[in-house]
Amino acid sequence: MGAGHAHPLHLPGTSPVHRMPAEVKIVAAVLLVVCVVATPREAFPVFGGFLLLLGAVWVAAGIPPGWIARRAVIELPFVVLAVLLPFTGEAPTVVWLGVTLSEPGLLGAWNILVKGTLGVLTSLTLAATTPMRELLHGMARLHAPTLVVTIATLMLRYVDVIVAEAGRMRVARISRGHDPRFLWQVGATARGVGALFLRSYERGERVHLAMLSRGWTGRMPQLQPGRTSAAQWLVGLSPVAAGVALAVTGWVLT
Amino acid sequence: MKPAEVRARERLGQAPPSLEVDGLTFAYPDGHPALRGVGLRVERGERVALLGPNGAGKTTLVLHLNGILTAAQGSVRVAGLPVGAPHLHEIRRRVGIVFQDPDDQLFMPTVAEDVAFGPANFGVPTDQLAARVDAALAAVDMTGHRDRSPLHLSGGQRRRVALATVLACEPEILVLDEPSSNLDPVARRELADVLGRLDATMLMVTHDLPYALQLCPRSIVLDDGVVVADGPTRELLRDPDLLRRHRLELPYGFTL
Repeated sequence: MGAGHAHPLHLPGTSPVHRMPAEVKIVAAVLLVVCVVATPREAFPVFGGFLLLLGAVWVAAGIPPGWIARRAVIELPFVVLAVLLPFTGEAPTVVWLGVTLSEPGLLGAWNILVKGTLGVLTSLTLAATTPMRELLHGMARLHAPTLVVTIATLMLRYVDVIVAEAGRMRVARISRGHDPRFLWQVGATARGVGALFLRSYERGERVHLAMLSRGWTGRMPQLQPGRTSAAQWLVGLSPVAAGVALAVTGWVLT
Repeated sequence: MKPAEVRARERLGQAPPSLEVDGLTFAYPDGHPALRGVGLRVERGERVALLGPNGAGKTTLVLHLNGILTAAQGSVRVAGLPVGAPHLHEIRRRVGIVFQDPDDQLFMPTVAEDVAFGPANFGVPTDQLAARVDAALAAVDMTGHRDRSPLHLSGGQRRRVALATVLACEPEILVLDEPSSNLDPVARRELADVLGRLDATMLMVTHDLPYALQLCPRSIVLDDGVVVADGPTRELLRDPDLLRRHRLELPYGFTL
């Protein structure tokens, strides 16, 4: 999860989309998802339009569609429920290849599937073009609660430290003959988790002392100069304008 | 003395000593005494090693220097300013503490952001931060690593970045807590090169006696919460009785 290093959801690059300030991209992504959700589910061609719109952004950002598609499978566990809907929904029904399917169920499943997928694709596009710490800077500039941004910043830094510590403790346990395959040995693992909590807590204290020593006053200082210009907002939000047009088209069509 | 007064005297070249500790006592909440009347003085530009065995009270003393812990009795003055509530922020700018574990000190996602954190807190304008960061990273030979995560640096590099985060605040006195611990011999020597080049007032807490000898002409020995010796490092290290009494030991084969 280290910034500046390979993160599985980030594709480093220098395209105009990558260079766009993070807060613009966050706002654009959220608004675009709102447009997708607001589009009536029966307006089938409009969803194709949304996909084309995202495709255009991928071209501009130089993201191969296959790269996005592989990461989009993260969605699968969440749409399992949608597959059940056509079988459990109410009348009227249609018979397809000898299987009786509920029509509202089919529509409901399509609704979850298409909107979920477009939402995931939008988020992946944001993640692919924006490093984690830039997202945090963007949130701070959007006046997200300071405490939340600070906690997220510290997590970004310390998750790996704590995972490495847990790994070392595990190796030390195993080296002394611990074999965590059996249920009756879960006690040692549990105590390890307890020890890890205490260690992390103590580290938290020491980090806080070190921060106080460098003049920490409870809020993250602004580290980078520069403001986001109106032109950047205009360019960044142009896909949203297309999204609004698509959503409106959807309402007109149905 | 007030901050403005101190600055006026600094301009006249009559700056007070960087650090004055007088009759400092401190007991842990359970009543166990950690410091029992510590007194010491570090002049401007001096490099002093603070030696002592584990549990002598060294780290407790360090935490008093910038007001993280407050004196039960006695006083601490930094450049004439008493360490205390009214100008704690100014004190913390003037006392730069480099903690023992760089993972405690480096908490930002990138090196450059971490180095900028201190100066930004102390009011350096945003457009001057980059210059401060560059200067501090250059001073520790880490210029090429500004956009990396501290997590991906070696132990020695992390230690030098931790030093840079404090140098960027331009402190009056640099306080190093066990700077050579957990470093391999090359990293230890590289850090010594960097520290030797700095012309900052320095208080180096350590039980690495050769390191103290290499970097600090003067040493203070702290044991059981009191100062038991204060003098030229070479003379102190030549006194085997003194070393033995206070659980200090030169490495095998090391003679003076």
